[in-house]
Parts: sequence; C-alpha cells; structure tokens
Amino acid sequence: MEDYLSLLVEYDVLGAFWVNIQLTLWAGVWALLLGTVLALMRISPIASLQWLGAAYVNIFRNTPLTIILAFGFLGLFGQLGFTLAEDLNVSLFRIAILGLAIYHAAFVCEAIRSGVNTVPLGQAEAARAIGLSFMPAARLIILPQAFRGAIAPLGNVLIALIKNSTVAAAGSVAIETSTVMKEMIEFRSDVIYPIFFTFALGFVILVIPIGLLTTWASKKLAVAR
Amino acid sequence: MTRDTQSSTPTSASNSSAQPLVSLKNVNKHFGELHVLKDINLEVARGEVVVVIGPSGSGKSTLCRAINRLETIDNGEIRIDGKELPAEGKALAKLRADVGMVFQSFNLFAHKSILENVSLGPVKVKGMKAAAAKELSMSLLKRVGVDNQAQKLPAQLSGGQQQRVAIARALAMQPKVMLFDEPTSALDPEMINEVLDAMVALAKEGMTMIVVTHEMGFARKAADRVIFMADGQIVEQATPEEFFTNPQSDRAKDFLGKILAH
Repeated sequence: MEDYLSLLVEYDVLGAFWVNIQLTLWAGVWALLLGTVLALMRISPIASLQWLGAAYVNIFRNTPLTIILAFGFLGLFGQLGFTLAEDLNVSLFRIAILGLAIYHAAFVCEAIRSGVNTVPLGQAEAARAIGLSFMPAARLIILPQAFRGAIAPLGNVLIALIKNSTVAAAGSVAIETSTVMKEMIEFRSDVIYPIFFTFALGFVILVIPIGLLTTWASKKLAVAR
Repeated sequence: MTRDTQSSTPTSASNSSAQPLVSLKNVNKHFGELHVLKDINLEVARGEVVVVIGPSGSGKSTLCRAINRLETIDNGEIRIDGKELPAEGKALAKLRADVGMVFQSFNLFAHKSILENVSLGPVKVKGMKAAAAKELSMSLLKRVGVDNQAQKLPAQLSGGQQQRVAIARALAMQPKVMLFDEPTSALDPEMINEVLDAMVALAKEGMTMIVVTHEMGFARKAADRVIFMADGQIVEQATPEEFFTNPQSDRAKDFLGKILAH
C-alpha cells in the first residue's frame, strides 16, 4: 500500500486528469459550435447545405477517433508542419482539441437534430407565418426548444468526449491520463491493479455527476406543451 | 365625373379597390397521386369574409395553407394584393408578414410567454421598439380578453385562451388578410364560442378573412360568402343564406343533410 501511495507522489495523477478536463472543455465548446452549424445546415431549406452537413456527419462519425488524432499529429503536424502555437506541447494540445472537436461535432449535430425532432412542425410554421425567415426562425423559435430537448443526448456526447479525451495520447499529448497511466504501469507493474483502479475511479467520479446533472436538467428545462 | 377619374387613372383605380386582395388562378396541387387542389379559381375582395366548408379531405385546409405558401402549389398563380407569392427567401417572409394565420393546433411558441408570443413578430420582423410592441401586444391581448395571462406560458392556458392569443399574435403584424385553418376544431365544446366571438368581432371591424371551419353558426353570422369544396374542387359558392337554405349541387345537399340532420 505504501508502495502504491509513493507512486502517487512521483506521478502527477491529478494534473493528468486536469489535462483531460481541459481537452474536454475546449473540444466540447468547439464541437458544440460546429455541431450547431452542422445541424442548421441539415435542417436548412437549401439542398446543397443539407448534403454538405450530411456528408460531414457520415464521414467523421464513421472514422475512428484514433485515426483522426493520429492524422493531426503525424499528418498535419509531422508532414505538413501545421502548428497552432509556438510551443510544441501547446501546439499538439491544440491540434488534439481540434481533432476531438471535429469528431464530436458530428455527434453533437445528431444530438441537436434529435432535439429538433422534439419541436412540433407547427412551431416552425407559426414562425414562418408571422414573417420570420429561416435563420431568425431557427435562432428564436426552433433551436432554443431543440437544445432543451437535446440536453440528455448532448450529455451523452459530453460523457463520451471525456472518456475519448484519453485518445489524445494518439495525438502525442504526453501529459494526459492514459499516457501517465501507461508510464506508471511500465515502471511499477507490481501495483498494476491499483493503478488501473485509480484511473477508472477518476473517470467514474468525473462522469457520474454529468449524467445526474443532464437528467435533472432535461426534466427541469423540458418545454411544457 | 366619376367616369372621368376612372378612365384617366385606370391603373391606380384597379390597384386600390377594384382589385381583389387575394386571388387564385388555376391553382393545382398534388400530394403524390392525390390531386388535392383541382384548378382552383378564387377571388377575395378587401374586407370580405369568406368561409370555406366541405368534407374532410376536400382540400380546404390545403387551400388555406397555400395562400401563405405553407404548402407549395404545382402550378397556377396566387396573388396577395396584386403581388404574386414569391417562391422563397426574404420576399416570401415579407409577404407572409402581411398574411395572418391561425392554426387548428394554436402553435403558440411553447418556450415564450404569452406577451412574447404576440410581441415577437412586431419586434423581430417589423423592427418595432420593444416598448411600443409591448403596448400594442397588451392592447391586442386585452381585445381578445387574455391580457391578465400575459406573463404565463402557453401550456398554462386553456385551448380557447391559447387560440385567442394566436389571433392576437397574428393581428400584431397588422395583416391585410387573416387565414383561419379550422381554428375551433381542436377545442373543447365549451371553449369554441369564446374564439368564435373574437372572430365575429374581427369580421365586423372589416378584416378580410378566409376561414376554413365546420362551424355553420359562424358562417351564417359572419360570412359574406360561403365556399363549398369537395374532392379538391370548389363545387359551389353563395351567400350563407342562399347556401344553407337552397344549396344547388347534390354534393352540397348531401353534406348539409348529414351535418344539419340533428
């Protein structure tokens, strides 16, 4: 036991989790923005935009995240010399955020679209009937109700994003949890089970409140009809 | 003298009063195989109240919804105040702002208060100042008798109250014509009259109205003209008095026989 505790002093486990939380928050914000734009494209009356939105979702939803993040590191950064900051580690961190956001935007888009399906068609018709064109109708009437109907599926995307942030290891973000865990196991295979358990527990502690919160919020904020 | 003015300014005369406010020419629409609107020709004059009746599936709701292009048409021409309905975009939105619509299922914006439901159009579409829009909205809500509910959400109101709010919401845009698509069909019986009363009052004030309804009492009381539709066609049109006492077509006789039997 003491062996194991000394390991926690040697390795910055909390710091590693903080990296994953940051990856999640940044990627979450960008995925939400991009996913909302994609959802708007998919419900827009313009056929070419619908097609583009659908193509994006089908491509990125069906590509393994590991490949996207490895491409960011090896393809974008390694081959093309693409950087997002002066500092190497900051740049890789941001490229990982980009990859996570691009991938999860496809799921956010579909979550919002499921929210749009909770809004009766009559709401859009009434908006059009008073003279609102597509964008104002979407912004004022459809999306506010759609988001409230999409809280639970968006929560699921967030939960997946937290756990998927460990794949940033494939993007060579070296200080996040799965990399730190791997190093700890390599050096101290005698306490391999406590190490696994520590990281598993860490994620459970992060994820459970999100599930509870979104369930509560989706009930609390449901649009009364 | 009258003759002189008419002949000297033929265009302005035809643009103001002589020209129908709503006109449909040879309008056709299909839902797949089903021919729901067959060569519809209809003109509605300024200030006229036209009631459209007919059996279910006769195309009367589709006709009503085609007038503000919630349903597209296959061919033919629909004009509002002389202007042909634009296909889409800003021009269509602008024209829709001039055409008020009241739906069977009310369709109040579920996440907005009653007051916001009414003031949203004037503020967001017409660019009216918030304070002025609020004043206008409150006066309209008062007119339909729901001003004391202004801060509530739609789901907290009864169906009859919601439909009266929907009428106020449409009126807030100061429309040239109001379309009513079976406005009382989703209401409990005891709430129908409060909505019909608001509609009768509106008709008396000179609003141009096209009303799809099963309420024969409203047709008798407020309509200038009754249009009877069946199988996608206008079968018969007459004043309410003529239509109800002396229908011409067999289809209309059959329909009236069934609904007025008891």
